[in-house]
Amino acid sequence: MATQTVRDNSQENRKAVIRQRLAHGGMITALSLLLLAFIWPFFLVLTNAFKSMSDITGEPLSIIGSHGFSLKNFTSAMKKMHFWRVFGNSAVITVSATVLTILVSAMAAYVIVRNPKWTASKLAFSAMVASMVIPFQVLMVPLVSVYGGYLGVLNSRITLILMHVGFSVSLAVFMFHGAIKTNVPVELEEAAEIDGAGKWRTFWTVVFPLLKPTAATVAIIDAMAFWNDYLLPSLVLTNKKLYTIPIATQVFYGTYSTDIGLVMAALLLAMLPILILYLALQRFIVAGVTAGAVKG
Amino acid sequence: MKQNKLSYKVGQFLMFAGPAVVLFAAVVIVPFFYGLYLTFTSWDGVAKTKPFVGFQNYADAFADTAYWDALGRTVVYSVISVVLVNVVAFFLAYLVTSGLKGQNFFRAGFFIPNLIGGIVLGYVWKFVFNRAFVAIGTALTGQEGASLLGTTNGALFALILVSVWQYAGYMMLIYVAGFMGVDDSLKEAALIDGCTNGQAMRNVIIPLMRSSFVQCIFLSTTRCFMVYDLNLSLTKGEPFNTSVMAAMHVYNKAFVYKNYGVGQAEALILFIICAVIGMIQVYVGKKGEVEA
Repeated sequence: MATQTVRDNSQENRKAVIRQRLAHGGMITALSLLLLAFIWPFFLVLTNAFKSMSDITGEPLSIIGSHGFSLKNFTSAMKKMHFWRVFGNSAVITVSATVLTILVSAMAAYVIVRNPKWTASKLAFSAMVASMVIPFQVLMVPLVSVYGGYLGVLNSRITLILMHVGFSVSLAVFMFHGAIKTNVPVELEEAAEIDGAGKWRTFWTVVFPLLKPTAATVAIIDAMAFWNDYLLPSLVLTNKKLYTIPIATQVFYGTYSTDIGLVMAALLLAMLPILILYLALQRFIVAGVTAGAVKG
Repeated sequence: MKQNKLSYKVGQFLMFAGPAVVLFAAVVIVPFFYGLYLTFTSWDGVAKTKPFVGFQNYADAFADTAYWDALGRTVVYSVISVVLVNVVAFFLAYLVTSGLKGQNFFRAGFFIPNLIGGIVLGYVWKFVFNRAFVAIGTALTGQEGASLLGTTNGALFALILVSVWQYAGYMMLIYVAGFMGVDDSLKEAALIDGCTNGQAMRNVIIPLMRSSFVQCIFLSTTRCFMVYDLNLSLTKGEPFNTSVMAAMHVYNKAFVYKNYGVGQAEALILFIICAVIGMIQVYVGKKGEVEA
């Protein structure tokens, strides 16, 4: 009797385990198929970038065209879109704007958190929080009018970098504000001040090092936004020599749309840098984006 | 003593917050108010003078049927996209938090479309619609197919499909954070009390993930409502301007037709809509906090 129940139980268990394994298998299969469908557009660009034009038109779905595998599209596309130049522009603008955003936002958040009763602190912080609902479309015409018409400072990488920073400080200050409030004990600063450090030194030696995780989150969110931004750079940079990758792609598509092979190669070149970075930093990027979205 | 002096306070504030505040004011505050002023002028973008025209631009904006058509289209596109984005994202988040092998790999994979800007994504999908889908259609039906991008509804469908594809992975990450924030013991308790998996999801887990829902729904709403890059590269407003969304209409009004005053007035109406959406979000978010 007793042995009977034990056997029944173990049979039940085994059934449950099998059922669970099947369910897991089914879910993994479903997810894999979905993921394949998700990345299929990129796969199409990848395969077609190496085909001749007649193969792309005749057989866009084949993996290797009947005329074989060729790198010709890349050499021409790189030359025509001035790949290294636009890549360099994008890199310089993204890196400088990201670093500047982090430095000036952390500084501003510090003085606002530690002096919440100052009128300037209240005013600056509430203006920044409120400004987050303003869509860029409301600002683009006056921006071009003021900086193009009156001041004539468009067509400069520096102008674009400073504008990127200006647009991103509100969210960054907001995030540093939260981090300083919860993660930086005032006692630590007081200890540094007793040792003779001024506010400026205290901030850089005691406070800022504690803000590294937030700085990483801000860096990931802003670097991706700056690298991919199209509208602001297209309004600020009209000189071809200053084009960033998204503008170069847009112009390229309009001009060489007949040679679809070149377009495929250009699109692949535009996506490659960030995909390579993602392979290396994938875990940090996913964590940073989640943290930024949940706090922001 | 020193710390109570006004000059000390001003100095401290400028030293730390000066650069951020100046840049912020220069690109957000000043243009915002200057833009308000522009809505009362008829500036053509070239002339030195900006003639004052009172409320004429607002009257023109209200009479601009193309603008209201674009706005209506944007609302339809946004509502459908937001619903689908959130359904797909929630479903994906559920699958990648259920303890499967390689779930981090899947999370990272579904996020990939968000790494790439709207301009490039639009061109990638333009190729998919114009070549790959046409080739599949031709193979299936045996006759030469046409691209979906050539028809009004097809173009709208394409914009929705690509938006869902793009944002689902991003919203999935927020829902994943929400799922991980729910204590496993609560679900177990519900299951022991006799709930089915579906009941536990509906009555225990989803209510606890309320803030994730609020956040995802509003984030995807504002993203979709202000769509521009994808609109420009995927459909360019074609066919016959029937896929022009609100942001593109405003851009064209100002920079293509050089009607800056009316364009700015129409942009301001978009801002008011965004501000109302933002206020609703704050209200809904606060209400949830009290209940929880």
